[in-house]
Amino acid sequence: MIQTQGLCYQYPNGPRLVFPDADVPQGAVLLLSGPSGCGKSTWLALVAALVLPSAGSLTVAGQALGVLTSVAADAWRASAIGFLPQKLHLSAALSVYQNLAMAQWAAGQAEDARCIHAALQALGVDDLASRKPGQLSGGQAQRVALARSVLLQPQVILADEPTASLDDEAAADAVGLLLTAAKTQGATLVIATHDARVATLIPPDLQGQNGFQSLHLLRNML
Amino acid sequence: MKTLAFAWRYLWSRPMSAALNVLLLSLGLASITFLLLVGHQLTKAFERDLAGIDVVVGAKGSPMQLILSGVLHIDVPPGNVPLQAVRALEKHPLVASVIPISLGDNFRSYRIVGTSHDYLALHGVTLAQGQLWQQSMQVVLGATVAAKLGAALGQTFAGSHGLGGGGHAHGDNAYTVVGILAPSGSVLDRLVLTDSASVWKVHEDFTALDDDDRKAMEEEREVTMALVRYKTPMAAVSFPRFVNTTTEMQAAAPALEVTRLLNMLGLGTDVLRAFAAVLLLTAALSVFIALWSAVRERRGDLALLRMLGAPPGKVAALLLCEAVWLGLLAAALGLLLGQGFAAALGWFLKLDTTLLIGGMVWPPALAVVPALAVGVPLGAALLPALGAYRISVLELLQGR
Repeated sequence: MIQTQGLCYQYPNGPRLVFPDADVPQGAVLLLSGPSGCGKSTWLALVAALVLPSAGSLTVAGQALGVLTSVAADAWRASAIGFLPQKLHLSAALSVYQNLAMAQWAAGQAEDARCIHAALQALGVDDLASRKPGQLSGGQAQRVALARSVLLQPQVILADEPTASLDDEAAADAVGLLLTAAKTQGATLVIATHDARVATLIPPDLQGQNGFQSLHLLRNML
Repeated sequence: MKTLAFAWRYLWSRPMSAALNVLLLSLGLASITFLLLVGHQLTKAFERDLAGIDVVVGAKGSPMQLILSGVLHIDVPPGNVPLQAVRALEKHPLVASVIPISLGDNFRSYRIVGTSHDYLALHGVTLAQGQLWQQSMQVVLGATVAAKLGAALGQTFAGSHGLGGGGHAHGDNAYTVVGILAPSGSVLDRLVLTDSASVWKVHEDFTALDDDDRKAMEEEREVTMALVRYKTPMAAVSFPRFVNTTTEMQAAAPALEVTRLLNMLGLGTDVLRAFAAVLLLTAALSVFIALWSAVRERRGDLALLRMLGAPPGKVAALLLCEAVWLGLLAAALGLLLGQGFAAALGWFLKLDTTLLIGGMVWPPALAVVPALAVGVPLGAALLPALGAYRISVLELLQGR
């Protein structure tokens, strides 16, 4: 669940971003759209407690952000937020399995092989566990990155431009996977994108009581 | 633990760079190891072999040669001095004791030293087997000699002329082994010890034509040098001058000559030390560049770790652990290389049989090598680690 009120972020010596209010119930999907430079990344950073809002209130997964110390914010992020970056950022030095193990290490948890294999299994890439990211196809890599983001069973999944540079078929696949993963976890899903295809890829039955909303950021809010 | 494991993987994800840095670091560390080993062993050898000898009296020539040949047994002596002149020294009021040393022959390149029982007492060695010589032509073997030649009590052998291997064999006069010394770590380990009279006998039997000849020779008997102990330290002021001005011999103070020798070596070790420092500095720079570029290359990966909930300290620790791995690997390799260099030098200069320099010695001062090995790359990693600490996740999100 994500609730924002009067959220605004002032860049030091830079623009001041004011965001429209959002109220996303647990398990719903939020499509965060808008052209490049409209503040999507900043909104994600605020929701992930990476930066503090300059004004306004922000509650994510039942936690009021803005009152957390940076150490507490790191610990909270590890347990509450799953993140799928645009460039995936799978470590080329590590195998698929170790990439997931690293997520557990980063969160300060003990390595749990069963958990890792289950997460890979759920996305159908468990047989690639010992491969290096360089040996994966684009689609396989995205599944591995998604497995990593849901590994710690977060309440909120943030996906940053998941369809960028994908063809129509792969984009549909990616969005479908995200929706399935979020549904299985009961997690709130945020898809930040400037790709107009994503809105059309979300099936109509998600709209309405299943909780699909759209938050459109405009550049003129800068 | 996990951090170290991940750091290890990251380090070897760029094998060329990692290997180069380990090599550079270990070369610097090997130089330092080598210097420490040589310095330690020389100092120890000098302290050990010089103990109890206040002054050495021998033929005129280089005083250092006298010390190197008669005390450390690594050089040839400048010549011989008459036995009578040495006997006269014993009567000098400032002299407590005189130990004669006669060199000239060898047994398979181990020196045969004619001396008195006092020489063994001076170095505080004990017998492992047998007994001391009771008459001429009986020998006591040093521990190394006995081990290397596999000699046993009762065995007989003939000495060869000269101090190296080969030379004319004194076949008519055979020595008998009557004792073997326990290892003492001193110069005596590699000597064949006998009575002074043995050396005279071998050479007189070899050259004398008849009994008259022999008689004349007995009066002209010589020793190579005498190790002198003073009654009082005050003698150091007057006794050497007395010897140098009133006799045909010279007096050389071992402490003085060794200090001189170490000063001469000091120039060389200073150059080597500077060289080692430059190598280490180069290695530090190389580690810095490698880690700095690693942070730049892996900006995204590191930022993602923050996104995954890793505190900044943990991200920085990952990088520092890479430096620690570099240091540990370089320490092991550097120590081995340094020991290898020392062993090679000992072998190359044929000093291994002299026990002067060799490998696989671990003086406590060597602890500085692993300390440097970990310290230098850690120092070089500080700035890159700070970069990793301060990495901005917002940049990752904004795709820069």
